[in-house]
Formats: sequence, C-alpha cells, structure tokens
Amino acid sequence: MVRLKNAFMKCYLALILLFLYAPIFVLVVLSFNDSRSRVTWGGFTLRWYGELFSNRQILEALRTTLLLGLGSAAAATVIGTLGAVGIQAMRRRGYQIVMSLTNIPILNADIVTGIALMLWFVRLMPLGFGSVLAAHITFNIPYVILSVMPKLKSLNLSIYEAARDLGAGSVYAFFHIVLPQIGSGILAGFFMALTMSMDDFVITYFTKGAGVNTLSTMIYGEIRKGIKPEMYALSTLLFAVIFVILLVFNALSGRGKNTDDVIERSR
Amino acid sequence: METNEKDILELRNITKSFDGKKVLDDLSLSIGRNEFITLLGPSGCGKSTTLRIIGGFVRPDAGSVFFEGKDITNLASEKRNVNTVFQKYSLFPHMNVEENIAFGLKLKKKSKAYIQDKIKYALKLVNLEGYEKRNTTALSGGQQQRIAIARAIVNEPEILLLDEPLGALDLKLRHDMQQELIRIKKEVGITFIYVTHDQEEALTMSDKIVVMNKGIIQQMGTSKSIYDEPQNAFVADFIGESNIIGGIMLQDRVVEILGVKIPCVDEGFAEREAVDVVIRPEDLEIKPEGEGFFTGQVTSVLFKGAYYEIKVYAEGYEWVSQSVSAPEVGARVGLYVAPDNIQIMHKPKSEDAEMIKE
Amino acid sequence: MKRKYLATPYIIWVIGFTLLPLITIGVSAFTGDDGAFTWDGVLAIAEPINRQALLFSLAIAFGCTMICILLAYPAALFLKSFRFKRKGFTIFLLVLPMWMNFILRILAWQMILSKNGILNFILGRFGAAPLAVSNTWISLMIGMVYDFLPYMILPIFNAISDIDEDLIEAARDLGAGSGAVFCKVIFPLSVPGMLSGIVMVFVPAMTSFVIADILGGGKLQLIGNIIEQEFMKSMNWHLGAGLSISLMILVLIGLAFTMRGDMEERGTALW
Repeated sequence: MVRLKNAFMKCYLALILLFLYAPIFVLVVLSFNDSRSRVTWGGFTLRWYGELFSNRQILEALRTTLLLGLGSAAAATVIGTLGAVGIQAMRRRGYQIVMSLTNIPILNADIVTGIALMLWFVRLMPLGFGSVLAAHITFNIPYVILSVMPKLKSLNLSIYEAARDLGAGSVYAFFHIVLPQIGSGILAGFFMALTMSMDDFVITYFTKGAGVNTLSTMIYGEIRKGIKPEMYALSTLLFAVIFVILLVFNALSGRGKNTDDVIERSR
Repeated sequence: METNEKDILELRNITKSFDGKKVLDDLSLSIGRNEFITLLGPSGCGKSTTLRIIGGFVRPDAGSVFFEGKDITNLASEKRNVNTVFQKYSLFPHMNVEENIAFGLKLKKKSKAYIQDKIKYALKLVNLEGYEKRNTTALSGGQQQRIAIARAIVNEPEILLLDEPLGALDLKLRHDMQQELIRIKKEVGITFIYVTHDQEEALTMSDKIVVMNKGIIQQMGTSKSIYDEPQNAFVADFIGESNIIGGIMLQDRVVEILGVKIPCVDEGFAEREAVDVVIRPEDLEIKPEGEGFFTGQVTSVLFKGAYYEIKVYAEGYEWVSQSVSAPEVGARVGLYVAPDNIQIMHKPKSEDAEMIKE
Repeated sequence: MKRKYLATPYIIWVIGFTLLPLITIGVSAFTGDDGAFTWDGVLAIAEPINRQALLFSLAIAFGCTMICILLAYPAALFLKSFRFKRKGFTIFLLVLPMWMNFILRILAWQMILSKNGILNFILGRFGAAPLAVSNTWISLMIGMVYDFLPYMILPIFNAISDIDEDLIEAARDLGAGSGAVFCKVIFPLSVPGMLSGIVMVFVPAMTSFVIADILGGGKLQLIGNIIEQEFMKSMNWHLGAGLSISLMILVLIGLAFTMRGDMEERGTALW
C-alpha cells in the first residue's frame, strides 16, 4: 500500500518533470541536428556550435544580453542593498510607502511596465542600450530588496551595536559585521536579478529602440523567418554552463547539512 | 516480567538508535496510575525520545510499549489515549484559542454543546476564562502553554505527556506554572509524564523521578530519595551541587577521604573498596580552625539570598559549603560533616564518571 | 550619517523610473493626439473587439491558474513527502528550465504540438489518431501552463515545507489521521503559498502576448496582443496607453481580492 502510493507519487513527479523538460530536450536535440529544417532529422552534427562563433549578429546579441544582465544586476544589487538597509531604518509610515512602491514593478504586468517606461524614455533620451539598461535596473531592484530584507529582519541588531560599542565606526561595522550576515541574501538577489534580466523579453522589447538586440528580442524577430540553428547551439551552451554552475553551487552550499534535521528531531 | 495491576504504562527493553547512534539502550520502565513521573537528564540522554515513543511519534527498534496491559508498540499516535503538551506549544496558528481546544473533540465527533462545555471547563482550569476568540499568535508564551495544556486535557487522556513544557518561559513564570501544573494534575487526576533537564523543577513537582543519562536509567525514586541517596556520582552531580570526592571504604562505617578517617553510617562495602563520597554543601559545616576533619582557607564568599556560598580550599580540593553566616575570605577554618550526612556510592561502571570531572 | 539616508539613491530611482513612468502612461491614456483630455483611451476597452480579447484573456488566465493549481498542489505535496536531502535540490530542478530562453521553449512547444510535430509523430507510432491542437486555444493553454507552472509549485512547496513538523505531530496526537491532518492543518497553512502562486500566474497569464503570438498562430488575440499591436504596428500610443491603464486597474482590483498579506515572501519564494 505504501509502496503503491510511493510509486504513484514518483510517476506523477516524473510526468511533471517530463513536461517541464520536454521543450529543453527538443532544443538540445535541434542544436545537434544537421538540417536547417526544424522538422526533419538530418543526422548528428557539431556544425552549429562551430558556426556560432562566426555569426557576428548572434555574438553581438549575446554580448548585449550579458552586458545588460551583469550591468543591471550589479547596479540593482548596490542600489537595492543600500535601499533595503535604509528602508529598514525608516519609520512605519515611510516604510510602508516605500515598500508599496517597491512592489509595483513586480506586481505590475510586464507589458504595462514596459510601455510606461517606453513612454517616459522617449521624452528623456533616444531609445537604445541606455534606456534598456535603466529599464532592467528598475525591474531588478525590487528582487534584490526582497531578497535582502528578510535577512536584515532576522539580523540581530545588537551585534551591530556591539561592534559600535567595541569601537567600530559605522562604515567598518557595516562591512565587517552586517554585510557578512546578509551576504547570502545579497548574492541571491544578484543572481535573481541576473536571471530576470537575461530572461526578460517584454520590457526589453518596448524600451530597446532600433539597433539594439538581446538574444530574446533577436529570437522574437526571427520567429517568422525561422530560427537560425546557431541559436539552439548557443542556448544549449548557456543552459549547460548554468546547469554546471548551479550544480556546483548547490553541492557546496549544502554540504554537511543533511543530518542536522534528523538529530534535531530525535531530541 | 509481570505487569502490575496498578501500572498504566510499561516500557519493556526499549532500544532506539538514530543514525547509528544509540539513544535508548534496553530501557525498561513501569509507570503507575495517577503518578506524576519525571524523566530527568541532560540533553541527549534519551528522555525526549522515550516520551516520543510513548506518544507514538517514534517506533522503537526493539522492545515493546504496554498500555493497561495491551501492546501498543505499533499503534498510531492518533489512536492512543495519550496526549502531549509540546515544548514549543505547537498551537495551530490558523485557528483561534477555541478552535485549537476543540480540535481533538471535533475529530471525535462530539456534540456542539459538549465541546462548548469542555472548552469552558478547560479554560477555567488553566485560568484563561474568556480567551475563546483570541488569536493564538497574539498570546504570551505562558498563555500559549496554558492553551496547549487545555487542548490536550479536554480529550480526557489517561496519560498526559509533557515535553519540557516550561523550557521557553522565564524563571518567575516557570515557578508559577510549576504550581499550576501541580494543581491541574490534582484536579484532573490522571498520569503525568514530564520531561525536563531542570533538576529543581523535577524535585518540586514529581512523585517519582527517573534520572537518565546516555539512554540508560541511572536511578529511579522519589525526589527525596534521589536527592538524599544518589546511587552514583552522575546522579549526585546532576541533582544539585555537591562535593564529590574519591575515597576508600576502610571498614563498615569508616571511610578515608584525602587521608583522613571519617565516621559514616554506610555498611556493606568491600574492604578497601574505592568509592565516591558525596557531601551536600548544606551538610558541610564551617568550624573554627582546628575543629572538624579538614583545615583550609576560605577562597570566596558569595551572598546567595537565603544563604552564603563559601568555598574553602583544603587538602588540595575546593569544598563548597552553604551557611547562613559567612567567614572572611582568607580566614582559616575547619570543615566538619556529620556521619549521617555522608553519602557513599559505588564507583560508576560506565563512562559516566567522565561527566563529573567537568 | 543616519542609516535611512542610505536609501536615497533608491528613492530617487523609484521616483525617476517607477513613479514618473506610471504618471506618464496615465497622462498619455487620458489625452488624445491633440493633447486634450479625453476618455477615449481608457474607454476603448469597451469596444467589441477589445472587450472580446479581454474576456478571452480572462478566461484563459483563469483556466491557466486553475490548471496550474491542480497540477502544482500534488507536485508540491509529493516533493515535500519525499524529503530530498535538501530543499535546494527540489528548487533547483524547478528553476533550471527557466535558464533556457523562454521564447525558444515556447517555440519548442510549437514544434511538439504542430500538425507534423513530435507529439503526433509519437502518437502515430502507437497507431493513435493525430491531434489537431496546433494554433488553437488548447495549445495556447498548454504553453501558458508550461511557462507558469513552476511559479505555482514553488510558493506552495515553500509554504508546505515551512509547516512545523511539530504541528503535524500535535494534530496526530489529538487524534487526527492522515486525512484530517491534511484537511485541517496542511491545507489551511498552505493557502498563503497558493495565493502568492495565483498572483504569480494570473497576472502574467492575463497580460502575456508572446505565447499567444507563437502558439495561437496569429489567430488568437489576447488583450496583450491588442496592446502590443497598438504600440508597435498601429502606432496608436494613446489608445495603447488607455488599454494598458484599464488592464492595470483590473489587475489591481483582482490582486486586492486575492491577497491582503505582504508581498515580501514572494521575492524569496524562488530561491
């Protein structure tokens, strides 16, 4: 009975995972397909991986995407972390107002955020890399704040005060005492921002103007003409890199934690 | 082993390991009806695991649990006529006080009127009348604990299990709650099995104390017998502060400590047997220099409210004494102990001896 | 220096890039090409073609949210009950697919579901009749459920994982069997997670246009598609802004109903 139930649960989860990973499997297979058509299998090839590196357009879009992702994530992390520390020190009223504003880009539909930014940017500057970067920073900051805030809340303020009491200046105390404690939240915020930025299509689409292309907008533009197989190769490569990074990160961060739970419960 | 008519619960040869680490080792224990029994020991001694086995949350690797003579080792916890008050209260956060208390009764499909009566009675019992509609998360720790007790009691269990229920409360509240628990126990008249690492709490409340260490019962008995006649150094050290010194039993009623022959009342030890000698601080009397068995120098005097705690360095050992009058630090004094205040124990066989070396 | 002034750069940013753009889109929505005040933009939502798209979007978003709940709840429950050594691994499995470009993933579904696609190929092998789901609302729905399912599983999984094991023991101690434990403890305590899942699925589903573009074959018009076309094809910005504002207000009303708690858990729900 219990085994039957277990088998059922495993089957169900396997189906859900199959559903989530099926398209990825298709795309990976396509990246090795020796045919420009996406419906026929023309044999195994590594050709697209080779040609990828001579495709100026794709490489340019990749450069833009990475630049945008890293740049906006870094800027958002700095502004957002300082923001979170500052917001937390605010009085109830101010805190609530600022946090509501913070939630707007997350709750609002991407299309509305994108259009609002576009209408605003056309009054300020020509649409281009700068406007997309500003847009990405805008929607990334809330993710950083929301990652850092819980860490700040659980941070024991008395250790900051203890550091000050022992003669540390506020800057020293921040970098040596507070920062290490909220570091994991900041890191999570940075990666979240990076993910969001690299995955974004809608807001980029509305704010980019002509001439700038990220991988997403480039793919969108090619839907009707057909996607270049090099793009499948690039996506597979990116996916593989992230897969390895996350796997290593996971393995490192969780070492030695497995048994704590059991021991805790047995007492 | 025969099941005693009077006993409500019996654990027989219980063994349990977690991750290859033995937590309970062949533990057997009988618990009488309407007893207030306390499992006492340091953290990791297996007392909570014992309680969880009785509650049905943990299955023993070997051994059996008998409830009124019936084997309930494999009975699911929801089917046992036993309820638990958890250390962290574990009130359901999505329910108010009333819904929390009614939880078990609703599952038993009791009538509305019956449930209402029971809630009223239980809240009165724990001195929280009128709290029916309160949100549990808004209550103080002490109030939450009272609700947790009420929630368990309304189900009319034969045994109430209490897993360090006062551990999270501050000292004053703790003392109040100890008295409350004793009163509640008297009113409902059921068996209480209480787990704590606080020896004072155990001594105050229990009819019977089971001192545990490393998964083994060290001693079982009334508060008085455990305090006055600890059977080994672990128990002596765990129950209250003591002077515990190695000695040699020269003959019946004479023990040699640090080279001094001292009369005592213990008999039946082997000749020249190495023993542990326990002298409670309140039994160690400070005398003028030259009187008593040892002479030494006062190293510290601390005022403790009702008495002074005096440390005296004599014969290479720092003695602790409690007295209502205080000598001066640095003064030379004599130390005396009456024969019937000396407790002689066999050396413990296990590695428990390690524990008393600090 | 006072600690709260550290937030100054952020406050400036919020005003400059969140508040002012919203005011801009608001102004644009209530003005015409001549710059005069008009209700035309926001009222355009009532025109038959827009209204139809709006209702269709609502229906699709509602259906998508329901299906996501039905699929995600058991998944979250089962994931919890297997007690993988670490929570991180489960989340890792669910987040990983997001690292493949989402438009490509939706295109892959187009290939799977199309008439000569992979699904029909497999069905053919088993001798089953081919399915004609391509370019219908069914394929649109599959794509949407696919894209948003992780956003439903994660918060529910987090909510269930956060339930203190002691509470479950307490319920069993008070006589609750597995069924009662689920109905009276686990489910009620997982509702907040479900609500944040609903928000994370419903809003994007309601306003997306890319998935309909690819899987609807250009025939299915969601309100997002209409707005996109007003901006990028018809260059009718005031109308587009008006529709956006109407949509935003609708979504906000919906949100106010679904959630009254704070949103701070949402940010961490993904990690």
